[in-house]
Amino acid sequence: MASRPEGVVTATGVRRVFGGTTVLDGVDLRIEKGEVVALLGESGSGKSTLLRILAGLDEEATGEFTTSGSTAVVFQEHRLLPWKRVAENVALGVRGGDAPDRTATALEEVGLADRGRAWPSELSGGQSQRVAFARALVREPDLLLLDEPFGALDALTRLKMQALFGRLRARHGFAALLVTHDVEEALLLSDRLLVLDRGRIAEEIEVDLGRPRAVDVPGFNELRRRLLALLHVPADPEE
Amino acid sequence: MKFRPRRLITPIALIAVWEGAAQAGVLSPDKLPPPSKVAEAAWRLTLDGSLGLHLLESVERAALGLLIGGLLGLVLGAVAGLFRNGDDLVDPPVQAARMLPHLGLVPLLIIWVGIGESLKVSLVALGAFFPIYLNTYAGIRDIDERLVEAARTCGLTQLERIRHVVLPGAMPSLFLGLRLAFAAGWLSLVVGEQVNGQSGLGFMMMEARDFSQTEIVVLGLIVYASLGLLSDLALRTAERRTLSWRRGLKAS
Repeated sequence: MASRPEGVVTATGVRRVFGGTTVLDGVDLRIEKGEVVALLGESGSGKSTLLRILAGLDEEATGEFTTSGSTAVVFQEHRLLPWKRVAENVALGVRGGDAPDRTATALEEVGLADRGRAWPSELSGGQSQRVAFARALVREPDLLLLDEPFGALDALTRLKMQALFGRLRARHGFAALLVTHDVEEALLLSDRLLVLDRGRIAEEIEVDLGRPRAVDVPGFNELRRRLLALLHVPADPEE
Repeated sequence: MKFRPRRLITPIALIAVWEGAAQAGVLSPDKLPPPSKVAEAAWRLTLDGSLGLHLLESVERAALGLLIGGLLGLVLGAVAGLFRNGDDLVDPPVQAARMLPHLGLVPLLIIWVGIGESLKVSLVALGAFFPIYLNTYAGIRDIDERLVEAARTCGLTQLERIRHVVLPGAMPSLFLGLRLAFAAGWLSLVVGEQVNGQSGLGFMMMEARDFSQTEIVVLGLIVYASLGLLSDLALRTAERRTLSWRRGLKAS
C-alpha cells in the first residue's frame, strides 16, 4: 500500500515498443484528484501513445499503470457515430433509467440543448467537438483524457472551446490529462506541465498562475519561453 | 430525384415508332409484333390466369434462391469480416470461387441437382451469394476503426459495438450488395428457366417460341424487366428510409 492517497492516475515504468522503435521508455506519471496535467512534446514523442495506454486502447504496453474511478476520452476528431442522432451519441453506453435526463443536462452544459435531434453531419466542427465533450461529461468522469481536443478547430472556435473547458472543469472538478502541442493552451488550462522527450518525462513544471488566467498574466511569457526551449523551438525569430 | 414528365417523351415516342413500323409492315409480325399485340397477349393471359400463375412460380423461385444465397452470403461475410480466423478460413475459397462464372455452372448443376426446381433455385442462390458476401465483408472491413475505439472508451461491450457501430456502419455497403444480388438473381432466374421448365415465365416464353407466338416472348421479356425494376425501386425506398442519416451528408 502506498503511503500517499491513491491518485487518479498512477503509472510507473510504462514502455511501448512499435516494431523496433521504443516510443515510451519508462514513463512515470501521477495525476491527483481534480488536477489538470498538460502533456507536451514534439511530434512523434509518444504523447498520444501514452494517452491511449491510459485509455485502455493499447494492449501491448508494459509497465504498471492504473486509473481509478471513471474515465472518458475526447479525441482530436469528434468521432461521433454518423448514424446516431446527437443525443443518442451522447447517451452511448450510458446505463440506467436516468440516461435521457443526464444526456439533456450534458448537452445543455455545452450549449447544445436544442440540437439533440440533429444528425452529426448537420453540425459544424466546433459543435461536433462540443457534443464529444458532452459524451464525455455524461459519464461523470473522475478523469478526462484529452488527445489534442482543440487541434482540429479554427483559431476562434478553439479559444471558445478552451474557455468552455475551463468552465466545465471548475464546475465538475474532474482531473484531466491534456495532450497538446499548443504551448499557450497548455499554460492556460493546466495545473502542471509535463514535457515528453525521447520516451521519457524530461521536465515537470508547476503552473502557479492563478485562475481564471489569460495570456497576459505576469509570468506567462517566462514559462512560455522555457517551454519552447524544452521543445527545441526558438522563441524569437532571430534565434 | 424529382419526377419530370419530360423524361417520358422518348420512351413513348419509341413505342409509337415501333407500333407505326409494325402497322406499316416494315417489321415482320413474326420477328417483332407491335406493342398493341403484346398488350393484347398480356390481357388475354391475365384473364385466363396463366400469366399470374407463371409469374408467381418465377417469383417464388427468385425469392427462395435470394433468401438462401443472401443468408449464406450475409452469415459468411459477417464471419469473415468480424473475425480474423473467419477471414483466414472463409475468404480464400470464396474469393477463388467468385472467379467462376456461375452461369457457366449450369451443366455441372444439372448433373448434381437435375433439371427440376433445385436447379433454378441453386442458380439464383449462387447469383445472390457473391454480391452479398463481398459487400458484407467489405462493409465491415471499411468501418472507421476510430469509431470502434470511441465506442470502446464509452464502455460498450464487443456485442454492443457490433450492434451500434459495425452493423449500422456496414449498412450502406449491404444495401449495395442487396441491389447487385437482386440483379444477379433475376439474371440467373432467366437462364435457369430456359432449362426444362413446366411452369414459370421462362417456360411460358419457350413454349411460345415453339408456337411462334412472338408477342408472348416479348411479353415475357417485359415482365422480367418489370420485376427487376420493381425490386430495385423497393430496395431504393428501403435504403432511403434506413439510411436517412446520410441525407445530411449528401447535402453538405
